[in-house]
Amino acid sequence: MSEGWNVLEVVLRAVAVLAAFLVLPLLVGQTEHKVMAHMQGRLGPMYAGGFHGWAQLVADAVKFIQKEDITPARADRGVFRLAPFVALIPYLVAMAVVPLSPTIVGADVPGSALLVLAATGVGIIGTLMGGWASASKYSMLGAMRAAAQLVSYELPMVLAVASVALAAGTLSMVGIAEAWTPWWLLWQAPGAFVFLVAALAELQRPPFDMPIADSELVFGIFTEYTGLRFAFFLLAEYAGIVLFSLIFSVLWLGGWAGPFEAGLGWLWTILKAYAIAVLMIWLRVSWPRLREDQLQRLAWVWLVPIALLQLAITAVGVVMMR
Amino acid sequence: MTSREIAFVVVGAITALSALLAVTTKQVVHAALWLLVSLGALAGAYVVLGQELVGIVQLLVYVGAIVVLVLFALMLTRAPIGRHPGIDTPRWERFLAAALGGATTALLASVLLPMFASARVSEDAPATPAIGEAVFGTWVWPFELLSVLLLVALVTAFAVSRIVLHHEGEAP
Repeated sequence: MSEGWNVLEVVLRAVAVLAAFLVLPLLVGQTEHKVMAHMQGRLGPMYAGGFHGWAQLVADAVKFIQKEDITPARADRGVFRLAPFVALIPYLVAMAVVPLSPTIVGADVPGSALLVLAATGVGIIGTLMGGWASASKYSMLGAMRAAAQLVSYELPMVLAVASVALAAGTLSMVGIAEAWTPWWLLWQAPGAFVFLVAALAELQRPPFDMPIADSELVFGIFTEYTGLRFAFFLLAEYAGIVLFSLIFSVLWLGGWAGPFEAGLGWLWTILKAYAIAVLMIWLRVSWPRLREDQLQRLAWVWLVPIALLQLAITAVGVVMMR
Repeated sequence: MTSREIAFVVVGAITALSALLAVTTKQVVHAALWLLVSLGALAGAYVVLGQELVGIVQLLVYVGAIVVLVLFALMLTRAPIGRHPGIDTPRWERFLAAALGGATTALLASVLLPMFASARVSEDAPATPAIGEAVFGTWVWPFELLSVLLLVALVTAFAVSRIVLHHEGEAP
């Protein structure tokens, strides 16, 4: 009997994670439409669905499904077709271990903070596969820029997460959020800044969108993709925004810490993550694209030293408070 | 057979099969991608054995960094789509490689199997603190030596690239 319940629970949790994975990116996408529009003094999509164009993304999805699925003649067919899924699945795996509250979590893994980093690091493989298999110069250059960028920004990101893990004394995201106190907002501020910048770079969002720079590379690795496969790449990007916002909210903003924590904890986590997602959109609207050398310089000359300094500050703090 | 044993057989088979494909495929990028599958499945094998931390680190370092660098290096040099005669190996080299690989496997198996065939590990004890204590306690000196070695390699690579630039008379 209990065996059956366990299986049912696992299935339910998996379905819930999948639903969150498909719905939350749409929410962020719609927010991006509207926030960008208002920041630029225009309306954004207004007709689809009636009220303020809420169904625009659904209409976009229908359009993507209807499009012809094209594979370039000289492409490596198997790898080309597989790439969008390889880009998407790591984010799904990572989403499963991010907690919304101590009890609302897809799978409570002891090393979840490390697991999300590992999973997001695997996502780059999809980009490289797509860029190589497209048999296009633009895609190839885009993939190489993406790889150089992601390898550089992986290091400061890992160091920033190592700092909060050190401060909490655990690698579990639930444990880190439980150990969080408002004091961390100051103590861990440099690490939080490093993580936010590295997350933007990892997502290849403006101002870090050199890999898909439209004025130089057409659309980078997405150049040869159409229809549903392109939509999967797009979904991976927005799922990435959701994922990194949630990670930031849990690790640096205390996740479910707030009034009525016992009942409404999950809502606090989501609201904080939503604020971070809006911040990411805001940064996209405000900053021009960084040049490749500026981008590498930012990672190695600024972010890595700041992250190392943060580690030292954390270590001193941990020793003094013990 | 418990479900854990079945899972181990499955990931083990995937690891071995993709490793074999990595060395037999005729396309260089496919070889790197099969290597990726093999290393990823190996991470799965660690997780099945209860060593969660080792599995995740395997994923983070080998799949997320090393193979990415391999792919990156391939794309920077020559990564044709489809077969390419210029990067093929002659038949006698393939036989030699197979013989050497087989001999190494036999050697390792003959040494490791008698040593560890009867060893038992508990799969459900929390392994992460134990690994932390081993690395930063018992093995701290080899660990630090390795980090110094890596630092030396890094500095040397940097120096080599600068010297080459200098000889060509380019601005640094």
